[in-house]
Amino acid sequence: MTDIASLKRMERPAPPSGMSNALVFGWRAVLKFRHVPEQMFDLVMTPIMFTLLFTFVFGGALAGSPDDYLQFFLPGILVQTVVFNAVYSGMGLSTDFQKGLFDRFRTLPVWSLAPFAGLMVGDILRHLIAGMIILAIGLMLGYRPEAGILGVAGAFVLLLGIGFGVGWIFLVLGLLVRTPTTVMTLGFTFLFPVIFASNIMVDPATMPDWLRAFVEVNPVSLMTTAMRGLMAGTVTAAEIGRALIAPVALTVLLAPLTLILYRRK
Amino acid sequence: MTDGPSILAPDDPAIRVRGLARSFGATQAVAGIDLDVPRGMIFAILGPNGAGKTTLLRMLATLLEPDGGEATVMGHDLRRAPHAVRGAIAMTGQFASLDEDLTGRENLIMLSRLWGFGRRAARERAADLLAAFDLADAANRQVQDYSGGMRRRLDIAASLIVTPGVLFLDEPTTGLDPSARQKVWRLIRRLAASGVTILLTTQYLEEADQLAARIAVIDHGRKIAEGTSRELKAATGSGFLHVTLADAAELEQAAGMLAARLGASVQHGAQGAVLSVMAGSPEAASAALSDLIGAGIGLADFSMGTPTLDEVFFALTGGSDAPAEEAAQ
Repeated sequence: MTDIASLKRMERPAPPSGMSNALVFGWRAVLKFRHVPEQMFDLVMTPIMFTLLFTFVFGGALAGSPDDYLQFFLPGILVQTVVFNAVYSGMGLSTDFQKGLFDRFRTLPVWSLAPFAGLMVGDILRHLIAGMIILAIGLMLGYRPEAGILGVAGAFVLLLGIGFGVGWIFLVLGLLVRTPTTVMTLGFTFLFPVIFASNIMVDPATMPDWLRAFVEVNPVSLMTTAMRGLMAGTVTAAEIGRALIAPVALTVLLAPLTLILYRRK
Repeated sequence: MTDGPSILAPDDPAIRVRGLARSFGATQAVAGIDLDVPRGMIFAILGPNGAGKTTLLRMLATLLEPDGGEATVMGHDLRRAPHAVRGAIAMTGQFASLDEDLTGRENLIMLSRLWGFGRRAARERAADLLAAFDLADAANRQVQDYSGGMRRRLDIAASLIVTPGVLFLDEPTTGLDPSARQKVWRLIRRLAASGVTILLTTQYLEEADQLAARIAVIDHGRKIAEGTSRELKAATGSGFLHVTLADAAELEQAAGMLAARLGASVQHGAQGAVLSVMAGSPEAASAALSDLIGAGIGLADFSMGTPTLDEVFFALTGGSDAPAEEAAQ
């Protein structure tokens, strides 16, 4: 039987730091992995299908042999994985709002950016796990990063930077759009052309001039070029710099916007 | 983000609201409400759907900015020191504000950590709350597997991690079965007995009647009455006579006879040949029924009852409002 008579009064403890609050939200993301391991399927099924289909169906025609194509394709599919992952993070945010969970957070005296910092911690974990799975499958199929472990580690650091920057787009969408499915629809409608009109799948040399002009400045292409360079050991500082333009710009523009939208909601 | 000193004098109310207002586009959800809620009291805000109850509560809980007016909660100004207000309140919304993927225990630990408790203190507080709310057996199950009553209890437990000065409960028993509702009522009473001020909203007169020392009735964003349950009922009359006629063709004649005998206006029920009218006493009601039988009007059913929310509204607004219709929208 309910017996709240036994419950002690509890005074408020000393206020926690913003960092400690953010880590609590990160812990929440880790718990979700434990309770809902299925979410990993959402994250890796599409890139796995893409890797298999493109390598074995188109690979021979596009690059002479599936093995050669995989060598070209794998760094790019990692970029695609992380960019698509960010959509799910926006969906999660939208779900939390719909369920009223954020009402609870907002009536607590906590640092108002903490929930977003926590989401980012969760995202970084998701990006790492999904990236590892795709890389492992690539290695099994015969992909070999010429730059070795250090190159791969560098590529993963860049990958996290990309995920962090692109993540803001979908946090803003998650705040603006009412339902999680709309976040997903909008997200993929916007992302599919950006992903396909890039150098992830094919070398843009055979594209018409107007399209090639776009593909060459598409941030996804710039990211992919740097990823390939890092994993092959041929990267230049300029390539890394160009890959980071979009993530840095998105963070600078959208992080404050996220806060404004959140406060106004 | 300074919390500022609490400027609550011993006899200041826990909540003081003056002219609080909020519009959404052209709709005035809350159109200037005044309230004083003394400390340690259970205070109910009674009204139909769309009356502005939730908007009022969300403003007081710092979730929504008011357009006009002012309010203090536990001595902290709502507009100037929202962070300090948050440190003194807790809110349990209409829909459980919990993470459904996490277990009950994990939800409470997460929120305790956000308040600033260390790992160990958070675990202990979570365990104490789970035991006190009869959730210890379900502690390690995901919240999505909880029943409605269990969710509500966990949600209220989550509001008590730090004992709040004021607890806001938005329709705390909507959607619960009668036994779960009884449990939540008992819980609310014990909380108030421990010194927590409780401001709750409800659509049910019975709930306000059972729990609250004072009730404010609101409609269309305005307070239309306030008092103890006894005072409100006195305004509505001691009881209502409900009559169901065997033949709907006799409705007008019967309504006229009831109005003449009881001296009150007669409401037509939402469906069927039902008439409701305020009756001063069982004797007066009996006399009115005799009139109908004497005139040869056939009765399918009749009953005396406490006024329903509709009837309180009818009495308070003189019948210009039809809350039942609004609730259906």
